[in-house]
Formats: sequence, structure tokens, C-alpha cells
Amino acid sequence: MAEQVLTDISALRTSPLAHMAFALQQGAVAGERGVSARELAFTTQIGLRAEPGSEAHAALAAATGVGLPASVGEVAGNAEGTAVLWSGPDEFLVVAPEGTELFDDLVAALGQSAGQVVDLSANRTVVELSGPSARLVLEKGCPADLHPRSFGVGTAIATVLGPVPVLLWKTAEDTFRLLPRASFADYTARWLLDAMTEFASPEVD
Amino acid sequence: MMLIECPWCGPRNETEYGYGGEAHVAYPADPNALTDNEWAKFLFYRKNPKGLFAERWVHSAGCRRWFNAVRDTLTYEFKAVYKPGEPQPIATTNAPAQGGTK
Repeated sequence: MAEQVLTDISALRTSPLAHMAFALQQGAVAGERGVSARELAFTTQIGLRAEPGSEAHAALAAATGVGLPASVGEVAGNAEGTAVLWSGPDEFLVVAPEGTELFDDLVAALGQSAGQVVDLSANRTVVELSGPSARLVLEKGCPADLHPRSFGVGTAIATVLGPVPVLLWKTAEDTFRLLPRASFADYTARWLLDAMTEFASPEVD
Repeated sequence: MMLIECPWCGPRNETEYGYGGEAHVAYPADPNALTDNEWAKFLFYRKNPKGLFAERWVHSAGCRRWFNAVRDTLTYEFKAVYKPGEPQPIATTNAPAQGGTK
């Protein structure tokens, strides 16, 4: 009897919002008040900790290839490739496309210095919200100032959406990425769908 | 709704913060030497002044760092925020002991 051997376990992976993919697709709103959400699954995420000014910080900055952000809101790199988000004075999150081989380089760069390199790829998922009404949707539940004068393209902050702690990252004009923890992803997606619904109807004066 | 200034993140909504009570409560140099009464005082007894008060806050939904603030308990107005280890910029009735800024 022939035995089937599973050689590629990635076929078994399920992203936190896989079950919501169809609902998110159906919930998309087109038109000039349009807004749509989709999951960017299986991104590579690596948590870094190193005190700014230390050797470890310099080594990690060199190893990411895009440096490390210096202060709140800053993002090193770009959304299409490797990006590093600022999540604390000595804490950073690398976000890169699926399959990015960066972890071993970062571990090697840190060496025995004081700091951290942790694979957090399964910790958060990425929800991309885009469309002319994206900011209006977020402003229903996010207390941060999202006006372009203080939250421009290439800005990322840790904040909340409704009750959910998220990293909020503006990757392009009218495009935001939300990074909720995997266990909050379902709630976040349903919250977004609910908030998006009104934009399918004409604006009420 | 109040805006609270985080020393690292700048002004954010008060809902992103957690309260940590009175600041600058020095840990006893030798806890074993304390009587139960003194130990209880260190653990549980806190000042509750009307007016300026130095207290601890944590930016739990943002950078997750603790910091100190001087707040007017009468008006809720934040007079100053400062990082742990930095000297207290405004004197309060619960000012840190000489040399202790934790």
C-alpha cells in the first residue's frame, strides 16, 4: 500500500482570518465612498529589542538592511519589502513578506549582546484597509489623531481599535494596515465589516 | 476625554493609559527589619492629597512603558510628565526622598 508522506506542512497552515476571507470580500464597498479590507496572511514578523546607542542596536540596524526607526511613528524600510516599526524606545517589529529569510541573520548580528530577536510571525496578522473612506472607518474606534498632518504615509503607531490593541500603519494614501493579535483578528474583521457597512449607502445630510 | 502626554509617544487619549498610584514610594532598605505595621504601611498606605501629586502611569496600549507624572488631583490637569530616573520637575507633597527618583 502506497503511503502518502506530507513533505510540505505549509499546506496545513490556516491564517487567523482565513474563515473571514469571503465575508471581507463581500463586505467591500466600491465607489467614491469605497472601502475594502483584506488579510495579508503569513507575513514574517520579528520582534527586536536593543537599547539605542548600544552595540547590539547598531548591529541589528545593519542586519535588517533598512536600519531601525528612531522614534515614535517612524517606519524604517518600505511596506512592500522589509519594514521595521517602532513599538517602544528599545523595541521594534520587523514586518516583511512571507518567506523572508532574515531571522538567522538578526540572531547572528545580536550575538551575545544584551537584546532580543524573537520570531513573532504567528503573533499578529495583517489586515489591510483601503479606500477613500478608510480613515473614516478607523476614526469610529481609534482614539489616535489620523489626520494626514499628524499621521502621514509611512507612519505606524501602537494604539487601539475599539477595545483591540493594534499596530496601525499607514502604508499609502487611503491605505492602512492593522496588526491585531491573532486571537483578536476575528473580532477586528467583524468590527471593520460593521463599520464599513454605512459607506455602501449615500451619505445622509 | 483627556489627552495625556507620554514621554516617548506624545499626546494620546487617556483610554490608552493605565494608572499606577503614588510614585516614588521607596522600597525599604531592609524589609526584614520592619515590623508588620511598617510593612503594611509600605505596601498599602498611600497619600491622597488635594492638589499636586506625583504618580505613576503606564502607556499600556502604546509603547507599554511606565513613566511618572505630576497631576493636580483637584483639576485633573497634568502639570508634567517625566521618565523613570529623571528628577521630578515640580515639587509635590509626595516628593522623592533625597537621591531616590525611582
